[in-house]
Amino acid sequence: MGELLEVNNLSISFTQYVQGLNRHDLKVISDLTIDVGESEIVAILGSSGSGKSLLAHSILGILPYNSHVTGDIKYKGQILDQELKEKLRGKEICLIPQSVNFLDPLMKVSEQAIGECKDEKEHAEKKIRQREIFAKYGLDESVDDLYPFELSGGMARKVLLSTALVGDPTLLIADEPTPGLDAKSVEETITDIRNLKEQGKGVLLITHEIDVALKTADRIAIFYSGYVIEINKVENFKNADNVLHPYTKALINSLPKNGFNLTEGVQPLDEVPGCPYYENCPIRIDKCANTKPQLEEHDGVMIRCFNFKEANDGT
Amino acid sequence: MIKINNKKLAKFFGYKAIRLLILLIVIAAISFIMIQMSPIDPVRAYLGQRIVSQEQMAIMGDYWGTNLSLGERVLGWLQTLATGSMGFSLIYRVPVTEVIIQKFTASFTLMAVSWVISAFVGFGLGVLAGAKEGTWIDKAIKTYCYILQSTPTFWIGLVLLMVFSVYLGWFPIGLSVPIGQLSDTVTFWQWLYRLILPAVTLSIVGIASLTMFTRDKLISVKKSDYFLFAQARGESFWGIIKNHGIRNILIPAITIQFMSFNELFGGTILVEQVFAYPGIGQATVAAGLRSDVPLLLGIVLISATFVFVGNLIADIIYEYVDPRIRGEEDE
Repeated sequence: MGELLEVNNLSISFTQYVQGLNRHDLKVISDLTIDVGESEIVAILGSSGSGKSLLAHSILGILPYNSHVTGDIKYKGQILDQELKEKLRGKEICLIPQSVNFLDPLMKVSEQAIGECKDEKEHAEKKIRQREIFAKYGLDESVDDLYPFELSGGMARKVLLSTALVGDPTLLIADEPTPGLDAKSVEETITDIRNLKEQGKGVLLITHEIDVALKTADRIAIFYSGYVIEINKVENFKNADNVLHPYTKALINSLPKNGFNLTEGVQPLDEVPGCPYYENCPIRIDKCANTKPQLEEHDGVMIRCFNFKEANDGT
Repeated sequence: MIKINNKKLAKFFGYKAIRLLILLIVIAAISFIMIQMSPIDPVRAYLGQRIVSQEQMAIMGDYWGTNLSLGERVLGWLQTLATGSMGFSLIYRVPVTEVIIQKFTASFTLMAVSWVISAFVGFGLGVLAGAKEGTWIDKAIKTYCYILQSTPTFWIGLVLLMVFSVYLGWFPIGLSVPIGQLSDTVTFWQWLYRLILPAVTLSIVGIASLTMFTRDKLISVKKSDYFLFAQARGESFWGIIKNHGIRNILIPAITIQFMSFNELFGGTILVEQVFAYPGIGQATVAAGLRSDVPLLLGIVLISATFVFVGNLIADIIYEYVDPRIRGEEDE
């Protein structure tokens, strides 16, 4: 199983001007490390509006101009610079967008799935491919000529997925594929994404729905206040004892089936000197207040917490 | 591919026809009342410099009904109008309808040419500025638009005349036919040659607003999710501008352009005056200055209809070309 995508210490910040000429750097993603292999689904689970989508934008090279990025992204071992991103996006790396708003409201959906073509020949080839994929997802020929506003919720979702598959990508990035869908559509989406894995594709699933992440992914990365604090196998998320980070434990305990135990506290908005979870952490040590823990491996789990670093060093 | 529901179309036009009728009646009545209340005395205006006795004036007044009450006069005017007659022009000494047809035809060419120029140039510049937002091209186009927008048309006309006709001598100073030649003997090229400068002047007014509108629309398209997604799919920048940008801004831009008929009409009055172009604009000024009440009222009605037609076309495009609105006919 080869690595498709490796993201190492990626940080994304935005330069803002507040009150006249005072510049302010807003850090949205800090020191993010994650990897996705072939036939693997990795979920990034974080709260809404925490900037998870920017990871997708960064991989595809569509961040806005005022963003500042450090760290590196590799695709199949090759550094993914802007030039390579532009070459690969839409072909080997495809985005499955969130909603029908990502489709041009005045273009027929089949044309959007086909996308930009150099000439008639390419268009004809892609048209066949688009028809195959639409048919596979149960979209008959009458759907080809519809405009996005004419699609029902379920159809829209299948069209969005199809747009990503026409180019036959190796890596898919699903950015919040299940926003506000009914339970049945969510189940279908999960099945569709699992099927992509069966075809050998790697999927990076960005979501805030823990249930979707649990049912879909092989590994889950927990995104907290801009940091990835734990990457663990999905099996370990069944029980709070098998996950390591106190935030992950709190998250699992808060699920309805695990007793709905809510924890007080909010994610810090500003950059903090120490561990981002320091304020709310039940097992914090003095060191956590002013020193930032790194994401390190502990028994096959990636964890950002001094308690485990100590344990690591101890053994 | 456009499916048109005949019933809806009939309803649409029926509704619009009623609107136009009401609009024309109201405009006819109001403008008539306003002229009646103005210091213009139709009897005096008709007689011009001729000296007549008080008795003769009274007889004229009786004949024309100037001594009737305002209400009766308004009704009388509307009744005559309903028969299709707009009266007799005092300046040209022919029926108003004839004057309007002749003058409007001349102006129509001028307006049509400049309308087309402003549509293409305005849209093109708008797309360029919007696509290149923030660069020097955008800034140059924006500055150009602000200058045009804040400059009076007649002044631009004068400047163009000075530069191209007086200093450079490339174009004639005015008139739609060469001096000393009958209008029927003018060749197409002579006519076109004399149309260039007025048409360019008139188009300049429309360019600025359309450019700014198009630029603004394109920038909002660039901020849309579908623009981002198209980029994420590896489409080229100009490909996206062409496939998604222009597709989404064309309908609003055409709509705006059709709705600008009022500016076009207003502009043509000034431009024709500057270039001594014998069209509806000059006739309007002449009618106003020389108290030709029937002609003035006739022009008011025609210009109202003209602007209405522009808005109507904009409405039709809006209702029948955009698939999102067209789709509503299903219910």
